[in-house]
Amino acid sequence: MDLVIFAEQQAFMGKSRAPQIPDFRLTPRIDQVGVGERISRITTRSIKSNAKLQGLKMILNMIDLTTLEGADTRGKVSQLCNKAKFLHASNPDLPTVAAVCVYPNFVSQAKKALLGSPINVASVATAFPAGQSSLDVKIADTKLAVDNGADEVDMVISRGRFHQGEYNYVFDEIAAVKEACGSARLKVILETGELGALDKVRRASDIAIYAGADFIKTSTGKISPAATLPVTCVMLEAIRDYFYESGTMIGMKPAGGISNSKLALQYLMLVKETLGDAWLSNQWFRYGASSLANDVLMQIEKQRTGNYQSKDYFSKD
Amino acid sequence: MGKSPTLEFDSKWNLSPAPESTGHINLKEQYDLFIGGKWVKPASKKYFDTINPATEKVLAKVAEANEKDVNRAVLAARKAYNEVWSKLSAGERGKYIYRIARLIQERAREFSVIESMDGGKVIRESRDVDVPLAAAHFFYYAGWADKLKYAFPNRNPQPLGVAGQIIPWNFPLLMAAWKIAPALATGNTVVIKSAETTPLTLYKLAEVIESAGLPPGVVNIVSGAGETGAAIVNHPDVNKIAFTGSTGVGKIIQRAVVGTNKKTTLELGGKAANIVFEDAPLDQAVEGIINGIYFNQGHVCCAGSRLFIQESVKDTVLRKLRDRMESLIVGDPMDKNTDIGAINSKEQLGIIKKYIEVGKKEGATMYQNSCDLPKKGYWCRPTLFTNVSQSSRIVQEEIFGPVLAVQTFRTIDEVIAKANNSPYGLSAGVWTDKGSKIFNLTSQMKAGIVWANSYNKFDPTSPFGGYKESGFGREGGLHGLKPYLNL
Amino acid sequence: MGRVEIMKTYKIYIGGAFPRTESGRYYTPMNGEKALGNICLSSRKDVRNAVVAARVTHNKWAGKSAANRSQILYRIAEMLEGRKNQFIAELILQGSTKSQAAKEVIASVDRLIYYAGWCDKFSQVFSSVNPVASAHFNFTAPEPMGVVSIICKEESGLLGIVSAIAPVLAGGNTCVLLASEQRPLCAITFAEVLNSSDVPGGTVNILTGKRSELIEHMASHMDVNGFLYCGTDNEEINTVQQLAVENLKRVTISPLEDLLNEDHNTPYYIDDFVEMKTTWHPIEKIGATGSGY
Repeated sequence: MDLVIFAEQQAFMGKSRAPQIPDFRLTPRIDQVGVGERISRITTRSIKSNAKLQGLKMILNMIDLTTLEGADTRGKVSQLCNKAKFLHASNPDLPTVAAVCVYPNFVSQAKKALLGSPINVASVATAFPAGQSSLDVKIADTKLAVDNGADEVDMVISRGRFHQGEYNYVFDEIAAVKEACGSARLKVILETGELGALDKVRRASDIAIYAGADFIKTSTGKISPAATLPVTCVMLEAIRDYFYESGTMIGMKPAGGISNSKLALQYLMLVKETLGDAWLSNQWFRYGASSLANDVLMQIEKQRTGNYQSKDYFSKD
Repeated sequence: MGKSPTLEFDSKWNLSPAPESTGHINLKEQYDLFIGGKWVKPASKKYFDTINPATEKVLAKVAEANEKDVNRAVLAARKAYNEVWSKLSAGERGKYIYRIARLIQERAREFSVIESMDGGKVIRESRDVDVPLAAAHFFYYAGWADKLKYAFPNRNPQPLGVAGQIIPWNFPLLMAAWKIAPALATGNTVVIKSAETTPLTLYKLAEVIESAGLPPGVVNIVSGAGETGAAIVNHPDVNKIAFTGSTGVGKIIQRAVVGTNKKTTLELGGKAANIVFEDAPLDQAVEGIINGIYFNQGHVCCAGSRLFIQESVKDTVLRKLRDRMESLIVGDPMDKNTDIGAINSKEQLGIIKKYIEVGKKEGATMYQNSCDLPKKGYWCRPTLFTNVSQSSRIVQEEIFGPVLAVQTFRTIDEVIAKANNSPYGLSAGVWTDKGSKIFNLTSQMKAGIVWANSYNKFDPTSPFGGYKESGFGREGGLHGLKPYLNL
Repeated sequence: MGRVEIMKTYKIYIGGAFPRTESGRYYTPMNGEKALGNICLSSRKDVRNAVVAARVTHNKWAGKSAANRSQILYRIAEMLEGRKNQFIAELILQGSTKSQAAKEVIASVDRLIYYAGWCDKFSQVFSSVNPVASAHFNFTAPEPMGVVSIICKEESGLLGIVSAIAPVLAGGNTCVLLASEQRPLCAITFAEVLNSSDVPGGTVNILTGKRSELIEHMASHMDVNGFLYCGTDNEEINTVQQLAVENLKRVTISPLEDLLNEDHNTPYYIDDFVEMKTTWHPIEKIGATGSGY
């Protein structure tokens, strides 16, 4: 179709705001040292008393409680779901976590276990974690998760293809998975630890966002480094630029390596200062973590009682 | 076009107060002059108040040195030079300077708290920038003391004698370190005067010098206003004048030393261009712009006060800039989360306000962040002006406050011409991802410091100083030794 | 009767051309009873024109590669060597003995050769890479100062000029110089040497005339960046220093005593007329500092 006519039609249909798909070879450049300096402004923020308590409760509510082991069993998943529902028996007023995150074959079990709670079930898919399979297999994997009732799907991008410069392939694959998701929200994992440079993190973020991601997510948790503040900063800036362009909000999920409250609060501050207050809910920001919840709980108890806490008083699973 | 999407800040999750404690800070009610290793009452018999610009409360009374006092200080410095300092081996000299560095590190917290109380700068900066850099300066130059011959091949460098030093109010302790450390390392003795509004950390430095056991008279510290400075400049037994401050005063000093053999180093004003190309890492450039103009409330001679944005990215950069400005916290300098503190003095606030009025009258469009300001104290919101041109006064003149003037450009040649179109030449910033363009720009800027893809970075090893009317001589690094030596 | 000799007309040298002074005035310096010739009495407008020429040429001269500047300085020496006898004759005419004159010309050639060699080396000696604590590459290197006014040494016809301009040129500056008032002949003949030595016109501009008339204009001109005063007259020095403050010209007072002494062969004379520029750039280090990648 003639591009001009297409644009005019779009404008006529009231979709003039839909952003044009950019040339991904030309995505914005990132200066790593500059990002580091921005992060040091965040990490020197002093988050105290009320702000801290409020932040910790928000964090708790943003956690995707996760188990993604080859050794996962029905027993393990069942324990995880119970932990999600009853975070800390002695303080029942706390918010719940946002979701539990499991492999597709455990989705229906988790779904049943969490029935009646506000907690979503997220499932990884698309030949997680390496993503080295055909599109058909990935679509089937996605459908398995969705058909079993997953509210959210966490897919991985094809990093190999990305490194080969096949940005259209990566784009189309995400778009196809998005279609397979139906009404489930799609989180696109970039596996930033395999991308090697912040410029590439930005490029992958843009590809994912324009291809239809509802969330972009740093890591599988299987590769080191997993989530870091600089990587998250770059991804948040990609989300911001898309929002400037389109008015559409995209969510963000750093995953892996965020195991203590102080660090989690710094992530939250980074979100607040980059994207503003609208993103401060589990609708738009999540932590992918397994051990963070207990540390946040300990900190909340410390704030409540004034005593430093022991792990012995917080259930592991 | 519909209304562009906006980000909302400060509605949902706000930081709680996080005040730095002022306990454990030892401030006397009154400070006398530090001359010849002793605390002496001023011959002037006069004391002036130094106030906290964030609260307008008096912090201490400080001695005002007159000509007699300065004479005493110079005599003490000469005596120390003749009898002790010039006879000491260079290695031993260096060890004293190392001691000062260490003692500043040990008392870092006290220094940063007092610096913030006396000058209005935020504790985050005095703690993370001023004080550690001051200590690092002493540490760096200490090591030069016995290595001077390696800095100047084929020469036999010799000290000048007594150095008279006059420092500004924007970085009191740090500027003292920039002045004293190289002077001592090269074997000179010192008479230094603090700025009128920020005398306290220099007297704290005097305590450090005392406990370092530095021979009496090697460093003499006085306080006062312009007349005290004039007494130092005009004293016949001073061999060297090092001054940091305005270009106007710098010229007065330079005229005053005509016909004498006094060497001078002048570190004066600036109106730096900060240039953003369309291929720059824009988000980091925005951070650099913020850091370039709002660092230390814009009380920085090398502040990036003239922003040039390539036209194709003007809207993007301005939108990012405004959103980043919204997330800046203005207020109590002692709160660990404050980004922009108090304006240093009522007088300086008046100057800044005058320029803001001038900008508005010249037809420029003003944008300020929307934060609340404290009732007491001297405050100015971070401000930017668009719709300005080279002929605007707010583009030509140094404001020395958190006020940014934004212009656009189309081509490299155009922006080079505009950037250099100033009597000043202290610093410049260049933002682009293209290496060959960076080196084109950095070599064509008529400025002593060029920050490429960065801004307002400082280091003891890195020489600092200007071209043209921004002064002459360098401070910092190997090149900072030369102004204190006869080669 | 012998042949009627052709007398040389001495003109000034601005922008690579040899105009007469715009003022139309001249003076006649003497060696004892003997008149040396009619010499241009340059005016402040000649100073103005010379500074304009020096400014216009600055990018051209400073923009040449250091190696090229070196070859051009070497070329000046070659041309001077070739016209040795003419300079010796002029120096004798202005009062030197034959052996003094010969020594002065040879020393001038050698001094040019000396500084020719520095053109592409001094910046290596005076530069530094600074090991800053943050993740930045940081270096300091000299750049030309710009346009330099030079008052040449009164007592020397040729070596005074060469000793003053060689380091200034080596540093990449252009200049406007006022020749010795009483010994101006070699200055103009030297201009002819420059004019045939690949030196871009306007790089060196040579005026003759009275210091008392011109020194103020050379010192107060707002488009001059540096000032080299070769001499010892305190009153003149004070004038220069006072007026230089207006735009903070960098002033160097250089008595240039004992000009034949090799102490005047030094890169530190070049260092007097350069500006040190420090450049910063971030270094991307994945995972090296702080929170890393």
